[in-house]
Amino acid sequence: MTTILEQSGYNSDRKLNVVGTTPVKHDGMDKVTGRAKFGADLMLPGMLVGKILRSPHPHAILKSIDISKAEALPGVKAVVTRADFPEHPEGTAIGDLSRNVIAREKVFYEGHTVAAVAAISESIAKKALKLIDVEYQVLPHVIDPVAAMRTDSPILHDYLRSKGVTGAENRRTNVIERLELGMGDVEAGFKQADVVVEREFKTRPIHQGYIEPQACVANHTEDGQTELWCCTQGHFVVRAQVSSILNMESSKIRVIPSELGGGFGGKTTSYIEAVAVLLSRKAGRPVKIVLTRSEVFRCTGPVAATQSRIKIGATRDGTFTAAEAEMVFQTGPFTGSMFYNAPQAVFTRYDLKNAKAVAYEVVSNRPKVNAFRAPCVPQAIFAAESVIDELARKLRIDPIDLRLKNAAGEGYTTIYGQTFGPIGVIETLRAAKKTAHYNAPLGPNQGRGVAAGFWFNRGGETTASLSVAPDGSVMLLLGTVDVGGSRISISMMAAEELGIPLDKVRAVVSDTNGLGYNMVTAGSRATFASGMVVVDSARKVINELCKRAAMIWGVPEDGVVFEEGHCRPASSNVGEFAPLSIADIAKQAGATGGAIAGHSELNVTGAGPGFGVHIVDVEVDKETGGVRVVRYTVVADAGKAIHPLQVEGQYQGGAVQGIGWALNEEYIYGEDGRLQNPNFLDYRIPVASDVPMIDPVIVEVPNPKHPFGLRGVGEVPVASTLGAIANAVTDAIGVRPFELPMSPPRLLKLIEQARATG
Amino acid sequence: MTRKVHVTANVNGDAIEFLCEPQQTLLDVLRNEIMLTGTKEGCATGDCGACSVVLDGRLVASCLVLAVEAQGKSVETIEGMAKGDRLHPLQRAFLEHNGVQCGICTPGILIAARALLERNPDPTESEVRFWLAGNLCRCTGYDKIIRSVLAAAREMREARA
Repeated sequence: MTTILEQSGYNSDRKLNVVGTTPVKHDGMDKVTGRAKFGADLMLPGMLVGKILRSPHPHAILKSIDISKAEALPGVKAVVTRADFPEHPEGTAIGDLSRNVIAREKVFYEGHTVAAVAAISESIAKKALKLIDVEYQVLPHVIDPVAAMRTDSPILHDYLRSKGVTGAENRRTNVIERLELGMGDVEAGFKQADVVVEREFKTRPIHQGYIEPQACVANHTEDGQTELWCCTQGHFVVRAQVSSILNMESSKIRVIPSELGGGFGGKTTSYIEAVAVLLSRKAGRPVKIVLTRSEVFRCTGPVAATQSRIKIGATRDGTFTAAEAEMVFQTGPFTGSMFYNAPQAVFTRYDLKNAKAVAYEVVSNRPKVNAFRAPCVPQAIFAAESVIDELARKLRIDPIDLRLKNAAGEGYTTIYGQTFGPIGVIETLRAAKKTAHYNAPLGPNQGRGVAAGFWFNRGGETTASLSVAPDGSVMLLLGTVDVGGSRISISMMAAEELGIPLDKVRAVVSDTNGLGYNMVTAGSRATFASGMVVVDSARKVINELCKRAAMIWGVPEDGVVFEEGHCRPASSNVGEFAPLSIADIAKQAGATGGAIAGHSELNVTGAGPGFGVHIVDVEVDKETGGVRVVRYTVVADAGKAIHPLQVEGQYQGGAVQGIGWALNEEYIYGEDGRLQNPNFLDYRIPVASDVPMIDPVIVEVPNPKHPFGLRGVGEVPVASTLGAIANAVTDAIGVRPFELPMSPPRLLKLIEQARATG
Repeated sequence: MTRKVHVTANVNGDAIEFLCEPQQTLLDVLRNEIMLTGTKEGCATGDCGACSVVLDGRLVASCLVLAVEAQGKSVETIEGMAKGDRLHPLQRAFLEHNGVQCGICTPGILIAARALLERNPDPTESEVRFWLAGNLCRCTGYDKIIRSVLAAAREMREARA
């Protein structure tokens, strides 16, 4: 049988009844009534409170841990340390993961987990933590990624040798890898240029900032089985990680995903789950661990600081002749920044023949860096789009026209070797140019910036099942966690495919026992890839429905067709039969061979690359350096917006996260390597009064590899934000910021410098 | 062991009693003793608003209130917002305008928004934004939250007119 991988069945003339409408999402009711159960909301009888002891030092040898006094405290039921965890070799993927979950030889960042206790109350658990004696031998630390690259920097791992660097075999280093991509002849390209702009940029480390702290409940029983409830973007990945950290068989770990209170990439890995399982095993009771906000900031998530150099050349008419990027990405003690996205994405949207992009990933004494919405791409695009803005100013070409002049189109082969099918670079740029916003006048002290952006969009391993109940209603079991409205959008695709009203379809996210393996919800893949396997399942069900109708009518199988939710005779030659609805056939399922269901397991390919353009107006207070975003438009190609309101929500949310990154958010470390602002008061994410309405413009250049033409929409909306705001600030104050965040003190300094130099 | 304190309070119209340690917050007791987990903890320092409840008519961050302070007072949480199967207009508006994304901030925002509309039935966009500035949302960019509140305010005014 042909799967949709080979034949998506995309048809631009298809009449759609459900796809493209904006029904209330099925998970909405529980969320407005307080019923929805998030990570911290599960209570089990006999449940204990788990708490974690964390390192106060950014870098130290862990000499000894004495838990005897803590264990003796009445009410304490279990204490675990590195001694309770199986050994895994340093420098391997599992060795890294396991050392991030609990420190072994050394602690690598302030907040690194050293021990954990389970007790009958939170106050006893906290008391017990204070009774654990830890002896540290403090080592010099390094946080800045460029400083960490220097040969005289403190070295985190004796075993580390740089990948991608010749002659590095015998050199101790903090550089995990140097990655170089190239195409054409960059030197020759720069020689053809009339104008060359080369600039350096810096961005600061930030956090994903999800409102729900990590939380889990582990319930381990005496026969070696574990049930694990947690908030995660990928419960199958949590299972795999716990299984390998603790050497447990996957079938003995059932992970049940809670509703997810935001993740944005930060919940694609596990921190506390294996610890909770061990505590529960030792105590013989369920254990809940909920992180505090301070722990969330100090031990989970964070996002790479970067330093980059971008050089672009253009002829007088604006044609780009060559582009070069060199970028340094900070990770924590272990790889995880996904820095490799940056050289692939930095220039991808332009029709470049000559380009070179080099990126480094460097360890530092920060928490292990994790994905954040289009990981490592917004930082790269900020730098590239700033240089392009400067080129537009030098060449006196409208910034959108300059980008249009160089826009990549169908058939372009990227620096990483992908040849594009239909893409929306030109369409989104044209749509941006036509907006009322782009053509509106600016007020005093205001400036306007634009930037174009890109995200790959991903597919990957995905599974689902679709079952028809005896009354003809339909249940979907999904393997991807819903982070931004995927359940409703996928239900809509199922209803459309089956020709039934949406109200007859309900989707739930399966636990890890209900379906085959799924990758995390990340890369803007869930609605796309789960949509693929659900449509594939629906097509299998339709096939089965036709078989059953043929049995009921006593005609050959190929004598039945499925149209608009009904089986009908393929032609009058088959015979005269009244159409059978799904419910009609389901009612007789017992008599015709049993329940009707379909399932699908695919490593989904065919994701459509996503492009977008942001337009932003800012007003700068030249006395304080404060920036107010006064107008914001996000233009992005959705391929097809299955549920336009959900898509708009992604555009708006992405833009506002970017506003925080551009203007406010940064980790502030003291000389002692400790984070000074691990709370929402001092690490300020945008609040409602900081931002205006965000105008979404949905462009639809269908992705023909998907049955309904959709691309991903989660990540493109953040990719352009940093660049667009930097360009708007430049327009407002006449001097370009090269460092993020453009916070009032930093910007004021820039304004004063410009004043001083006239 | 710390001696627990006996507290009586009215929660969503029900007279209830609970025992708590003196340092326990109202948020902790609502979630872990009374099992009303609709009120969320995002920070426990009064910065995110996810734990917003109404205490004797006053909008508070329940993470900054000691549970013993609830003695003899009324507490209104998200669980009491709908009357039977009749949703509050704010709840309906958040569904209709997609003011909910992940949903973790939603209970706090609904409670805070209701407190606003009780004081100011016809707020401007700016007034809604400043009133909700203590309620963090990381998903929506606030746009659809603000539209939901303005739509509910309009509906409530029309119903009264």
